[in-house]
Amino acid sequence: MAQKKLAIIAAKGTLDGAYPPFILASTAAALDYEVQIFFTFYGLQLLRRELDLKVTPLGNPAMPMPMNMDKWFPTMLTALPGMETMMTTMMQKKIAEKGVASIQELRDICQESGVRLVACQMTVDLFDMQPEEFIDGIDYAGAADFFAFAGESDICLYM
Amino acid sequence: MAEFAQEVDASGLNCPLPILRAKKALNSMEKGEKLRVVATDKGSVRDFAAFTQQTGNPLLESSEDSGKYIFIIEKG
Repeated sequence: MAQKKLAIIAAKGTLDGAYPPFILASTAAALDYEVQIFFTFYGLQLLRRELDLKVTPLGNPAMPMPMNMDKWFPTMLTALPGMETMMTTMMQKKIAEKGVASIQELRDICQESGVRLVACQMTVDLFDMQPEEFIDGIDYAGAADFFAFAGESDICLYM
Repeated sequence: MAEFAQEVDASGLNCPLPILRAKKALNSMEKGEKLRVVATDKGSVRDFAAFTQQTGNPLLESSEDSGKYIFIIEKG
């Protein structure tokens, strides 16, 4: 049986947005899929050497908050200074408590299991980012390179 | 317990870590050897059935014992 292929486009750079691509990619690799993730726009944050991912309730009414704050806390106040840091800290605490993998760990497993990580060269240029800011072992390419793999893939996801 | 070549304790770990740890252990094993996995993640019951079926490593046993899920997998 031919090896199955999973192609993912990761376009989000938040802590919550980082989980779906890395969980699915690492699991697919464990299921012997050939996997590629194309990181574009804010998704490039997931390739940084030093991850500094945050989560915010601002503009996200579906995000559960402590003390049922999502039910009564005025939306406008989620823009207050410190809210993002507070929510990120609480989320990280929950992640550790519940035995959920860190993004760092999932990313390491992806690299160890041969997932190809591709940074969108156009976005790197657009945001004046430098290759030194990113982890080693990644490729830099564009849309045509993505299609070379995605066109042959069994599953193709945009996240 | 000499019948298991390796054992993975994934207690307290959440999806997809039990599967990823099991896969790592299987990679270092020989065909026909057995792996015992202990997990506490409720989702792992369906996940290990799906994982073993898709990777061709037979799931010899899947059981529960007071909140612990035990899986015996044969390396295929």
